[in-house]
Amino acid sequence: MGNPEPPPLLEAKNCSLRFGGIAALTDVSLRINEGELVGLIGPNGAGKTSLFNILTGVYRPTEGEILFDGRSTAGMPPHRINTIGVARTFQNIRLFASLDVRMNVRTSFIARLRNGLVHTVRRGRLFRREEGEIHEEGTRLLAYFGLEQAASHPSRSLPYGDQRRLEIVRALATKPRLLLLDEPAAGMNPTEKEALKSLISRIRTEFGTAVLLVEHDMKVVMGICERIVVLDQGRVLCSGTPSEVRSDPKVIAAYLGESHPVARHREEAT
Amino acid sequence: MKNPRIALAGGLAVAVILQSCSGWVDPYTTQVILFAAINVILAVSLNLVMGETGQFSLCHAAFMALGAYTSALLTGKALPFLLPHCSWTGTSVASQLWFLPVLIAAGVVAAIAGFIVGGPSLRLRGDYLAMVTLGFGEIIRVLLQNTDAVGGARGMEGILPATNLFWVVGAAALTLYTMISLVRSTYGRGFHAVRDDEIAAAAMGINTTRFKVTAFVIGAFFAGVAGALYAHAVEFISPEGFNFLRSFEIIVMVILGGLGRPVGVAIAAVLITLLNEWLRDLSQYRMVVYALIIILFMILRPTERLAPYLRRLIPGVKKRPTPHGKS
Repeated sequence: MGNPEPPPLLEAKNCSLRFGGIAALTDVSLRINEGELVGLIGPNGAGKTSLFNILTGVYRPTEGEILFDGRSTAGMPPHRINTIGVARTFQNIRLFASLDVRMNVRTSFIARLRNGLVHTVRRGRLFRREEGEIHEEGTRLLAYFGLEQAASHPSRSLPYGDQRRLEIVRALATKPRLLLLDEPAAGMNPTEKEALKSLISRIRTEFGTAVLLVEHDMKVVMGICERIVVLDQGRVLCSGTPSEVRSDPKVIAAYLGESHPVARHREEAT
Repeated sequence: MKNPRIALAGGLAVAVILQSCSGWVDPYTTQVILFAAINVILAVSLNLVMGETGQFSLCHAAFMALGAYTSALLTGKALPFLLPHCSWTGTSVASQLWFLPVLIAAGVVAAIAGFIVGGPSLRLRGDYLAMVTLGFGEIIRVLLQNTDAVGGARGMEGILPATNLFWVVGAAALTLYTMISLVRSTYGRGFHAVRDDEIAAAAMGINTTRFKVTAFVIGAFFAGVAGALYAHAVEFISPEGFNFLRSFEIIVMVILGGLGRPVGVAIAAVLITLLNEWLRDLSQYRMVVYALIIILFMILRPTERLAPYLRRLIPGVKKRPTPHGKS
């Protein structure tokens, strides 16, 4: 009733991103609450990955600002944004090719190590205890996501779906409060997609992590997201629940074109 | 994982034994062992930068030069001035411990130089970094050449022969231990993450610039130590001894040993030192044969094949589960 709205976990305020004369994003605003699962959709070139890149500090927004947990992330390098609680996966899988599966997950602990250089070379008790803890936690995470059998395999030898899953595990191991997934279902077969859907729901329930999901596969997005934001040509077209978005004529027009009979029919009806 | 400290203790023991037997080793063999061990230090330390972290550096010889000149100035000018009545050439290990702070000072000077050049330039990638390090190496060489206080182009001679089998083998063992224990740890995986994919590494919270600078500084430190050992082994140093070709020779060792394989790199360093000695008799055909053998090495890659077998002999070093570089 009179409850004030809880402050959002992540808030992008009127962000624009321009490369010379090309506007990748124009006046985009976005709010993600703690523990929320938000879908981000839009036709190719709509600016979804650009939005990811400004949220994770790969690019700086030309205009606007991004607040994470009430704090501005302006000027923070990507590794800093990760340590304050934002983790991501990549559209084109970026695993560490020379490391095995276990070591890929282990890299996520580096930023939070208590042992620095000197302890590592000295190999004292503190070092051995922490290595043991990290090993256990990594094993637990891999087991939880069904990758423990492959722990010592080279990461690039995994089946495609498992590589995507490993990327999610690696991102989760940094203990994020917000996880950005860039097209996790790309290249997956229907069975793998179903597994992915349950995986994402589990991430939310078990880890309490908020998720922003970019995905082309409407079945996946509509099936699990509670709120969907539609981008088109770098602008937010609309946002709302899956059913609201699905019936929005602007969305249909953006995906199918203005003159499409369905779009025209819908426009006439309204 | 067993403790690689056992391997370190073994290496130091070998150093002491070698030193106590040094009376029976003829001077030529001693010299070859000195050069081999110094090359091991150089190659293994460059491996951290090139092999593990994937940053191309062409100025390893410059760090070596800084260490060599620093130590030569310390033992030639500073120490006799500070402690004029001491004898510097005892034979027992204990009477030579004064050399340790000199080695460390040489390493620290090189490390500081590594920090100064690495800090800004490691934001560059690939070819650009190679150009900057090449330039830095030349700057150091030209500076030394034009500084009369260190003999200019004539170099410095009459340096104390303080380097012996104990120091070189001990330092080589310590270098190998440091590199292996550094890399075989959660912390050390950061170097590999930076090498494999910088964007992904940053997205996992890894401060990529810091890891690159760390690798560079540690590499420079050990190169400086190697330079100090070299100066006190040959008793004469000149700027020309630390030119671009010297850097390149170290790079060849790292590549032949297999990038990112400290043990393989150490073996390659020993083999190339021996090769240099064996080919001495060929006079003008030396470089032709040398180049041919390097090419054959590249094709057959014997060190890379030998490394897994040798690794089994070293206690505390875990077997690598997967061959590196296969994707």
